[in-house]
Amino acid sequence: MTRVCVVGCGAVGSLFAANLASLDDAEVWAYDLWDDHVSAINEDGLRLSGAGEVLGRVHATTDPAELPPCDYGIVATKSMQTSAAVEAVAHAFAGGAVCSVQNGAGNEELIAEHVREVIRGTTFPAGHLAGPGHVVWDTKGDTHIGPFEPSPAPMEKVRELADACTRAGLPTVALEDARGAQWRKLIFNAASNAIAALTGLTHGRVAEPPTRDLAWAVMAEGRAVAEAQGIVLDMSPEELFDYAARKEVAYDHKPSMLQDVEAGRETEIDFLNGAIVAFGERHGVDAPLNRALTALVKGLERS
Amino acid sequence: MRRVCVVGAGVIGSLYAAHLARVADVSVLVRRPEQAEALRGGLRISGKSDFSASVLAVSEPAELPEFDLGIVATKATDLEAVGERLAGRFAGATMMTIQNGLGAEEILRAHGPWPLISAVTFMSGVRQGDAHVEYELDTETWLGPYAETATPLGAVQGVEELLVAAGLRARAFPDLRPAQWSKLIFNATVNTVAVLTDLPHVSQFAAIGELTDLGHLVRDLMEEGERVAAAAEVELHEDPWEMNVLAVRRGETQAAEGAYAHVPSMLEDVRSGRRTEVDFITGALVREAERVGVPVPLHTAMYRLVRARETA
Repeated sequence: MTRVCVVGCGAVGSLFAANLASLDDAEVWAYDLWDDHVSAINEDGLRLSGAGEVLGRVHATTDPAELPPCDYGIVATKSMQTSAAVEAVAHAFAGGAVCSVQNGAGNEELIAEHVREVIRGTTFPAGHLAGPGHVVWDTKGDTHIGPFEPSPAPMEKVRELADACTRAGLPTVALEDARGAQWRKLIFNAASNAIAALTGLTHGRVAEPPTRDLAWAVMAEGRAVAEAQGIVLDMSPEELFDYAARKEVAYDHKPSMLQDVEAGRETEIDFLNGAIVAFGERHGVDAPLNRALTALVKGLERS
Repeated sequence: MRRVCVVGAGVIGSLYAAHLARVADVSVLVRRPEQAEALRGGLRISGKSDFSASVLAVSEPAELPEFDLGIVATKATDLEAVGERLAGRFAGATMMTIQNGLGAEEILRAHGPWPLISAVTFMSGVRQGDAHVEYELDTETWLGPYAETATPLGAVQGVEELLVAAGLRARAFPDLRPAQWSKLIFNATVNTVAVLTDLPHVSQFAAIGELTDLGHLVRDLMEEGERVAAAAEVELHEDPWEMNVLAVRRGETQAAEGAYAHVPSMLEDVRSGRRTEVDFITGALVREAERVGVPVPLHTAMYRLVRARETA
């Protein structure tokens, strides 16, 4: 029996928790701070609808002390909460490996401050919370995971986790180097999210003039920073950008940072464009457009 | 110069019209008949000055008396329409443009043979109604001859004297471009940053603690602008970054006294759902940069973002 704990049981965390709970050989726990959600999960199970109908039996808690020792952790909080959340639950992973499935770059570094075995991850499935204990699964997609180089989990553990997720209905690829997948998504997201947040445009409109050339220039900076780190992108972020801009894919989608700005919430800018700037600085590559977008979104957060 | 016509009675137009009415015969041309009607009941200024002026306000150019000096104080986005309304009239008048950015003179010049005076102003205020403006900053108007129409410097100095006699601050320059460009670079930066962050011109615009602090972007934008000015062989009258630091500091003092930080005009436009003057400000700077072959990736990005923000 493998014991997994999802840390941060929002939309993406719930997709992992509910699906993994459908396996006979897995016991799933969820740590989240939302009381009503946790109670609903414990009383009626964690329900997914939409792209898949699932009812998962999950042990949910708001109290880190209730967590038993776990083999795997899957961190799915917003990036701003990574540090606090992982610090609170780190004791449960003394012998386990912890995988980030969050947006952007920089989360694994934060996890590694509290946990020894860390897995780098990038996931595409998405959903939204419909209410306590219920998440709507909007889109299916692949997940890529690999050892986090400075503080790696052993490859066999990465493979075991990928196998469990895949069997549970979330196709997951174990890679020796998962940076290419992560930076492809990061570069794509940084351009789409920041421009949308500043202009109010949906993804499809960001991909059109007058912002199209800007998005491409922002992605070119991200590519240069990835290249300076020796990262080989697994796919083209520009092609992904155009694919997502199709009417039948995500033309009308409001990127999450725009949703955050409209709701007056803090954004993940430090882990997207801000991460491109920070990694670039470490490797001697200037990213002036990403720096500009980061400064503007931070200004917008404070207005 | 005893007869003045002010075209457009927004904040700046109203400040000129009311003050000049103390020393000259002032007529005002506006677009909306309701505003002309309201202005006929008197134009009120409060704040830095406090008085009411009587002006002759009309909404049809045919109803205007002859005048010696026309002050065109509409938004840059309305200049084309103003040029069409004035075309073929007032042959004896000298026209002064006061719009933000660059290019106002070219538009007006296409509609008539008037000698043109270029001007920029740092005055600001808040519109309180069709016939009432609160006067905030009683700063200078800078003016100079527009070279293409060979306007004599003497005519410019005449306008300077008139403005000073009316209680306004003014300064005539033989060449306005150094001042115009200082303001262009300052405005292109502060206005676009304000629009995109929804922040008034507050102290964050000068914050340079961390690499991603807003002050760095402000300074980078200003330095890009300075490279364009240098390539266009314009020596700036003032350092835009110092203008920014000073304005922010002044805003802080006022905020401490209970007033609000200055809301740049483009942010005010966006908040009221109006089209901004970005084409005349950042757009003009980007076009000049192209002409002189200086890359301006940051101003280009700001231009695209503001244009996109307007359409969203």
